[in-house]
Amino acid sequence: MNSKRKHSEKVNWPVTILLILGCITIFFPLYMAVMIALKQPSEMTNDIAGALSFPQHWSLGNFTEAMRVTDFWNSLGNSLLISAAAVILSILIHSLAGYAIGRNMKSSKFYNFVYLYIVSGMFVPFAILMMPLVKQTSQMGIGNRAGVILLYVVFYMPMNLLLYSGYLKNIPLALEEAARVDGASTWRTYWSIIFPIMKPMHATAAVLTVLGTWNDVMTPLVIMAGTGKNTLPLAQLTFQTQFGTNYNLAFASYLLALLPVLAFYLICQKQILNGVVNGAVK
Amino acid sequence: MEKTNERKRTFLLITIPVLILFFLFNTLPLLKGFVYSFTNFKGYGSYDWVGLRNYTDLFTDGRIGKSYLFTFKYAVVCTIIVNVLSLVLAFGLNSRIKAKSALRGVYFLPNVLGGLVVGYIFSFIFTYILPAAGSAMGSEFLSQNMLSNTKTAWAAIVAVGAWQSIAMNTIIYISGLQTVPEDVYEAGGLDGATGWKRFRHLTFPLILPFFTINMVLCMKNFLMVFDQIMALTKGGPAQSTESISYLIYQNGMNGGQFGFQSANAFLFFVVIVVISVFQLTVLGKKEEQL
Repeated sequence: MNSKRKHSEKVNWPVTILLILGCITIFFPLYMAVMIALKQPSEMTNDIAGALSFPQHWSLGNFTEAMRVTDFWNSLGNSLLISAAAVILSILIHSLAGYAIGRNMKSSKFYNFVYLYIVSGMFVPFAILMMPLVKQTSQMGIGNRAGVILLYVVFYMPMNLLLYSGYLKNIPLALEEAARVDGASTWRTYWSIIFPIMKPMHATAAVLTVLGTWNDVMTPLVIMAGTGKNTLPLAQLTFQTQFGTNYNLAFASYLLALLPVLAFYLICQKQILNGVVNGAVK
Repeated sequence: MEKTNERKRTFLLITIPVLILFFLFNTLPLLKGFVYSFTNFKGYGSYDWVGLRNYTDLFTDGRIGKSYLFTFKYAVVCTIIVNVLSLVLAFGLNSRIKAKSALRGVYFLPNVLGGLVVGYIFSFIFTYILPAAGSAMGSEFLSQNMLSNTKTAWAAIVAVGAWQSIAMNTIIYISGLQTVPEDVYEAGGLDGATGWKRFRHLTFPLILPFFTINMVLCMKNFLMVFDQIMALTKGGPAQSTESISYLIYQNGMNGGQFGFQSANAFLFFVVIVVISVFQLTVLGKKEEQL
């Protein structure tokens, strides 16, 4: 017994060291981006040192300039608005749909059909809907941020419906019946009992929806074209076509675009990892 | 009785608007695209019905054929590389190592970063860093810019795609490995199962459901590759890295081929459904056998 415990506590050093060395592949691109962003174009020689060495003078000048050129605060605001609205609406609407459909799909053919119909939407990539959707949203007058938010709510519905109705299977009906006996309506029972109980699933749905919408390029690119409004990734695309050759400025701008999601990851790492695993495995 | 009706009514009042919303922005555009695929619509102005001509043209159009070849080559190679590397990484991160959660956190990092910006950063590496390193080492092959050569550009895109996707698959494999109980290994150890044999006959069958998830996720995501193409090559050089999504965007939205690319999009949809269903049934059967 004693020897077995000793065995399980032994640290596998070769693997640890290999894994630490492997981190270079993750950090190298980011390190390079930081070094280039801190330098002036005159310091960029044509060898590797020109890109990777520390700058002669530490200066955040590129960052302030990049913020000005890319209209950073407006793009950030748009990205925040779109992602936040998409997540809040998704949690409210998809959990409700998961409840209504999940509670009835076993007993009713209609709800079972609705469930399969919406979940099968997972197989429909955006590229296929893109062209008709651009026409449709502009005809409806929502070829703008509101349209992008609405589309995200629809696109993430299949996955979130799957997650919510799956989670609901573990919540006993007895909870609702008790409330019903007390005279509460179904609507009130949902908001006071079921919605709070599904909190772990809200976290999962929120994480998956945020990661998907925050980094998405294609939807805002085609839907918001011509509105003059940018999201953070879109601003990089416009920036690249205009100033792509000034790498110092460009990398400052790229890093600014990565910063919010990096901060989010550092703060909520545990929830994000849990959310991603829950979402994929269920 | 009153109560049951109230419950039924509430459920319907929730479901029907959701159903309408989903139909309006998912099914309706799919059907519209299908209808457009029988026209010569340019995206503006008037158009005529052309019957099945767009579909027959798809099979003779060299650019379409090239984009399917590229997309499939990319998706298959990426899927293999990503699954092999993430399985290895998952074993490492699941063994008795120091700083386990910190290392897992680091290796997951690429997944949260946006594909477009990552693509731009790697574009610099392929354009300046790798050639500089190559010529310093005296290697003729490495001192060229991979992205400007039709033979190597796709490999560069594979590298970037894999760099980002390994994160996600590794996390899924780790959660798979954690479901394997320790006593399975102990029992297997008594029977002399070690190394590759242990993996092949003990571990792999037990994590097969996770393998299925990863295969399906990988293929679907890689077949839809867009951001990396946009950032790294814009379909070049000489249209050698045009993915299907990129071609639909490029020619359908800006190239006046709305009708023709609608046909392409619909074919693409059928292909994705067939592949996903095929993967799920084949791998599902394997799971049942075990």
